[in-house]
Amino acid sequence: MNALRQRYDEDIERVLAKYPPDQKRSAVMPLLYIAQREHGYVTREQLDQIGEILGISSTDVASIVGFYTLYHDQPAGKYRIQVCNDLPCALRGADVFLDHLCQRLEVKPGETTADGQVTVEAVMCLAACHRAPVFQVQSRSEISYHEEQTVDRAMLLVQGWRQGNGK
Amino acid sequence: MNEILLRHRQIANIDQLPIYRQHKGFETFQRAVTSMQPVEVTEIVKASGLRGRGGAGFPTGLKWSFIDMKNWPHYVAVNADESEPGTFKDREIMESNPFQFLEGVMLCAFAISANTAYIYLRGEFWQLAAELDKHIEYLERENLLGEKLFGTEYGLRIYTHLGAGAYICGEETALLESLEGKLGQPRLRPPFPPSFGLYGKPTVVNNVETLASVPLILERGAEWFRTFGTEKSPGTKVFSLCGNVEKPGNYELPLGATFRELIFTHGGGIPGGRKIKAIMPAGASSSLIVADDKALDTPMDYENVPSVGAMLGSASVIVIDDSVSMDWLINKTMHFFQHESCGKCTPCREGTYWMKHLTERIHGGGANWSDVILLNEVATSIKGKCLCALGDFATEAVTSSIERFRSDFEAKTQVAPVAATNKVSA
Repeated sequence: MNALRQRYDEDIERVLAKYPPDQKRSAVMPLLYIAQREHGYVTREQLDQIGEILGISSTDVASIVGFYTLYHDQPAGKYRIQVCNDLPCALRGADVFLDHLCQRLEVKPGETTADGQVTVEAVMCLAACHRAPVFQVQSRSEISYHEEQTVDRAMLLVQGWRQGNGK
Repeated sequence: MNEILLRHRQIANIDQLPIYRQHKGFETFQRAVTSMQPVEVTEIVKASGLRGRGGAGFPTGLKWSFIDMKNWPHYVAVNADESEPGTFKDREIMESNPFQFLEGVMLCAFAISANTAYIYLRGEFWQLAAELDKHIEYLERENLLGEKLFGTEYGLRIYTHLGAGAYICGEETALLESLEGKLGQPRLRPPFPPSFGLYGKPTVVNNVETLASVPLILERGAEWFRTFGTEKSPGTKVFSLCGNVEKPGNYELPLGATFRELIFTHGGGIPGGRKIKAIMPAGASSSLIVADDKALDTPMDYENVPSVGAMLGSASVIVIDDSVSMDWLINKTMHFFQHESCGKCTPCREGTYWMKHLTERIHGGGANWSDVILLNEVATSIKGKCLCALGDFATEAVTSSIERFRSDFEAKTQVAPVAATNKVSA
């Protein structure tokens, strides 16, 4: 039994039970989410471990990580602020919001703050076009929506993380 | 009106099972399982004229009737990947009227004799998936899901499956590939999912809104459903309204309501004293309609929107005011489609890349008119040559804006050599 399986055996069993026994590969996406709980990105060792659990190659697992944007193969901030600046959001001020947020955090899109807490990313549509500016926060264990945002509200959220009393 | 899909705005706490059951929730499902043949359910949905709400508008009952009865098991795969820029209707239905949606999934499963249904949600709907899991567990405890339902031989399990950020997984065969644990890349069709779907087995793939329409059709009848909407587009539809409009949001209206009614009566018009310039009725995949009186008075249904040069699609209506220049707009949509092209077929993979570079150059002010011509040529070369609709979608805003808002591009480009001016080759 490999390390990932040992650590999350119950969760992994629950995931595998969703799919037919001869179609274990279907569990690759949920298992990658479980793996990301550890470090916020998928490590080389985890690729092997997931491959071993599902009976597919590490390369197959890596191709999934590369294809889908919510899986990461590099470390980043503890919290990823993912701002949508697609057309509908941009019509409601998302580009300006992203610019100002980056200025306040002293980063460019894609960069991580000096304290390693926050990475700001521009992402594609989040299905919240009527409540722009909007971002989601991807942390190790979950994804949450933050709608009708101002830079001040977003900075309060960041302050909460920095003081270690918020999620 | 919030008669069918957005009933939660009329009935408080319908997102709680006891309240949903007080409003006849799951009575229809029980009646179907205990006293109807699966094909009878399909026939009623057929008679209602319900058309797929994900974008293509394919008749739902007909799709169900295509399920291959010689190949087993059967599956339902619910498309909850809602990723079209401008669309946010399925999310509200699943969040606020979840049991009606789930009953729709269950009725579909019974109609096609499936014992397993997967709800494929975009990864961003992480919290929503967790809520749905709780609702599903509740239904299992109440013996509305599970084995031997209501003392019959019929059993059903529903599972959620999270995607991880890929627009293409809203394409039905890419969704199935993704659900199988592979890259979300479309398959060659035919064969279509009702004969070769999930794990190669007969599968119905339906959008959330489509399935959420089904319980009331079964409860109140096909004729009742047809009292809403038009003859060819019966029923109500959730219109997602966004962009330069006073009151963006979801509005449930009968199909055939006009753009004017949606944008001005319900949406409160254009903010800041600006004028409406263009409409994208089907999200970022849409052609740009010139928002003149003819367009504004056009009924929003599957048969009439084409008369003004666009499609109804998923009815995600993006309003564009006169402060917006089209070179900026198509640069936005091209960034989206270039990022979301799955890379499987060449015209889309390479074409979106080149179109993005051209829209960037034009928007940046460093382009000649010949670049606009080239952009139009690349777009027309992609159209009709891709495995799925994404490639075509990427070209719609580009070609329609060059054709219909030409002066925006003339203003943005430098004077070109005489031989290359004046004509956009189409």
